[in-house]
Amino acid sequence: MAKFKTHYEDCDILVVGGGMAGTGATFESRYWGRDMKIICAEKANIDRSGAVAQGLYAINCYMGMQWDENQPEDHVRYARNDLMGMVREDLAYDMARHVDSCVHMFEEWGLPLMRNEKTGQYQREGKWQIMIHGESYKPIVAEAAKKSADKIYNRVMITHLLMDETNDNRIGGATGFNMRTGDHYVFRAKAVICAAGGASHIFKPRSVGEGMGRTWYAPWSNGSAYALPIAVGAKMTQMENRIVLTRFKDGYGPVGAYFLHLKTYTQNANGDNYEKTWYDQTKEMVGEYIDHIPTPTCLRNHAFIQETMAGRGPIYMVTMEAFQDPHLETIGWENFLGMTVGQAVVWASQDIDPKYQNPELTTSEPYVMGSHATCSGAWVSGPEDVSGGIPEYFWGYNRMMTIDGLFAAGDAAGGTAHAFSSGSFTEGRLCAKAAVQYINDGRADGITVTDGQCEKLKEVIYKPLENYTVGRNEITAGTVSPSYILPIQGLQRLQKIMDEYVGGIGTNYMTNEVGLKRGIELLGILEEDLEHVGAEDLHQLMRAWELKHRALVSQCVAEHTIFREETRWPGYYYRGDFLKLDDDNWHCLTVSRRDPKTGKFELEKAPLYHLIDEEVDGEQKA
Amino acid sequence: MSTFVYMTRCDGCGHCVDICPSDIMHIDKLIRRAVNIEPNFCWECYSCVKACPQNAIDVRGYADFAPMGHKVRVLREEEKGVISWKIKFRNGHMKSFVSPITTKPWGKFIPKLAEKDVPNKDAHDNNRLYGEPTYLKTGKVPVSDTGVPLMAKVGKLKQGVYY
Ligand SMILES: Cc1cc2nc3c(=O)[nH]c(=O)nc-3n(C[C@H](O)[C@H](O)[C@H](O)COP(=O)(O)OP(=O)(O)OC[C@H]3O[C@@H](n4cnc5c(N)ncnc54)[C@H](O)[C@@H]3O)c2cc1C
Ligand code: SF4
Ligand code: SF4
Repeated sequence: MAKFKTHYEDCDILVVGGGMAGTGATFESRYWGRDMKIICAEKANIDRSGAVAQGLYAINCYMGMQWDENQPEDHVRYARNDLMGMVREDLAYDMARHVDSCVHMFEEWGLPLMRNEKTGQYQREGKWQIMIHGESYKPIVAEAAKKSADKIYNRVMITHLLMDETNDNRIGGATGFNMRTGDHYVFRAKAVICAAGGASHIFKPRSVGEGMGRTWYAPWSNGSAYALPIAVGAKMTQMENRIVLTRFKDGYGPVGAYFLHLKTYTQNANGDNYEKTWYDQTKEMVGEYIDHIPTPTCLRNHAFIQETMAGRGPIYMVTMEAFQDPHLETIGWENFLGMTVGQAVVWASQDIDPKYQNPELTTSEPYVMGSHATCSGAWVSGPEDVSGGIPEYFWGYNRMMTIDGLFAAGDAAGGTAHAFSSGSFTEGRLCAKAAVQYINDGRADGITVTDGQCEKLKEVIYKPLENYTVGRNEITAGTVSPSYILPIQGLQRLQKIMDEYVGGIGTNYMTNEVGLKRGIELLGILEEDLEHVGAEDLHQLMRAWELKHRALVSQCVAEHTIFREETRWPGYYYRGDFLKLDDDNWHCLTVSRRDPKTGKFELEKAPLYHLIDEEVDGEQKA
Repeated sequence: MSTFVYMTRCDGCGHCVDICPSDIMHIDKLIRRAVNIEPNFCWECYSCVKACPQNAIDVRGYADFAPMGHKVRVLREEEKGVISWKIKFRNGHMKSFVSPITTKPWGKFIPKLAEKDVPNKDAHDNNRLYGEPTYLKTGKVPVSDTGVPLMAKVGKLKQGVYY
């Protein structure tokens, strides 16, 4: 390993991942930490990294307080309703009260926000979404981060967090490698903001050939945001709450603008509206939640999945009416070109012109993330002025995990559904201010991270290269070795386990305790085998670490899924042995901690405090 | 779909290598031109296509579900602030679209926060972020003395609190 040089970089704040949350964190850190050293480490290039690499056509979280459109409380009601009653209301409120200021800045920076010609207000797609020409959304926010940071390290993948050796519950930085030079990087930091995004490819995707990368969430979203804190014993919440998306078939093109703005609707193979067919059956499972408006995302998936299983698929999106209006037709196409170009390619290749033919929809494989209609992530402290009186939700600094000095934003933060791009950026800013305060309060004084800790991890980081070099000499050629497995081989094993035992597409999202136990057993064996993952070059070394992170996230997801003995979100997954929602026993949040020494997970229930009333009238008219 | 590179157009400049979020555009040592080394990890995000100065990168829909004979081409012009798309269907039908990508000259209106007034101790302790409350525009929403909305405390915690 001596061949790779180690670079030590001492800094105040380290931001891991320069996506929406990470750019927000890097930007804001400079305002409060004027003389601090602020570094962002990003595995790709922040100009086009993360879920927003190809752009977005909408900002999905904007209150519009200036026009009296929504109040922050309304956001909490909406997110809570969509997640079948479960969000961290303190965190959701805190994000919502700040999000408008981010959007107003984006507009000032040059992001083209569409305006309603009549009212002059931002053009709404739905109650929460505003429409943008967002092809350059990511390069624009990246510019803001670049202007604030001391240094942005592109192509540095963080593999491990570093811990203070005088206090085993305090963060000391992070380490990883540069995938171009191969060099080893050690960032000794007083505070670390984890903003490394959600996880695709932990469940087997619908397409497994050349099109395997055409997942809804980006194929490079590899769950480091969860794996890094899980590995050092931070508590996680709601990791069972994976998300399944109803999307256009094969390209996974988004449907939001179609439903909300273009007013298209779905029908089954016979041309019937099928959602109401499943009303009684769904009510039997979840009770009055099916009567909520708008219908929670998972319950709409549920009707889709049941209808397909009943043999009345495919399900179609009726576009032929709306697309007769040339203006709406343009919006329909630009929507894809701005954020999911692949859908345009699928339609062009299959001669699907939605003006003359209603395109098919599908339900995706599950993803683990925390900023969409789902809220997996780290268990973090709320802000003092909102969460202060609630001991379970408040322990010091806003959005700090259960490890001192380690913060979470965007997909990384748990309990905060429906933050989306703008809310993730906002959460990054909130973390930044809190992290500066943590340092100014002297909470990071005296951190010790010895070269010994870093050298030990260096060996671990490069081991996949070593495995390959040694094992490769044993065989003539090819991909089959008795001594190592390749990252793609390990990934396919992981996806098969998750698909078959933890509720993927192969079982129509069904699982149960016996299956989950077997899945956890197989994941344990995979973990042992991943000690023998072999990487041919630096690119494959990155794939090896992506896989190791995905595998750890998967264990956590499986453990949470076995713990929650109910079917809370039909349409996301089903516990066949507990097929009903069970408010008496499970109207609570789930919290896990993996002991870094033994690798064992401990789970507990945490209270779900409803801080905001149901509104009497007019709540959530979609 | 997945990307591929035309032999006669690519000059090996490496812009695509620099930008690909999946790290799959690499310069082949032998031909000294770019190649997609892992098409099954391509998200068809078009970041490389937009970045290539030679228009050398194109996309052929994923073999496992996209029939041949289509094209989706793009031209992104930062100075003009627009992006143009051309779609060719398998049956030859064409569509084109043009959209703005920015309303301002690049980066000019993004502030350097190091040059702003230094926030005082009070600002550090309260719940404002940079530029708040000015940027918030809270309208009729009730705010605390910092100008940031503050949740009305509910007297007692609501039903649905279970251990
Ligand atoms: C197809 C699609 C459509 C969407 N549509 C909308 C929409 O219309 N409106 C909207 O508001 N939102 C939308 N979203 C959601 C939005 O993109 C996310 O909510 C948001 O990007 C989450 O921000 P994040 O910072 O947590 O993650 P990301 O933006 O994904 O950033 C994570 C970053 O961490 C980096 N990283 C990962 N691992 C490591 C590591 N180990 N070391 C270093 N760096 C690492 C990644 O490269 C990436 O840059 C959409 C998402 C998708 C995929
Ligand atoms: S950017 Fe274009 S010209 Fe440059 S290496 Fe890539 S494909 Fe070749
Ligand atoms: S389309 Fe995106 S993922 Fe595919 S090679 Fe180009 S930059 Fe990489």
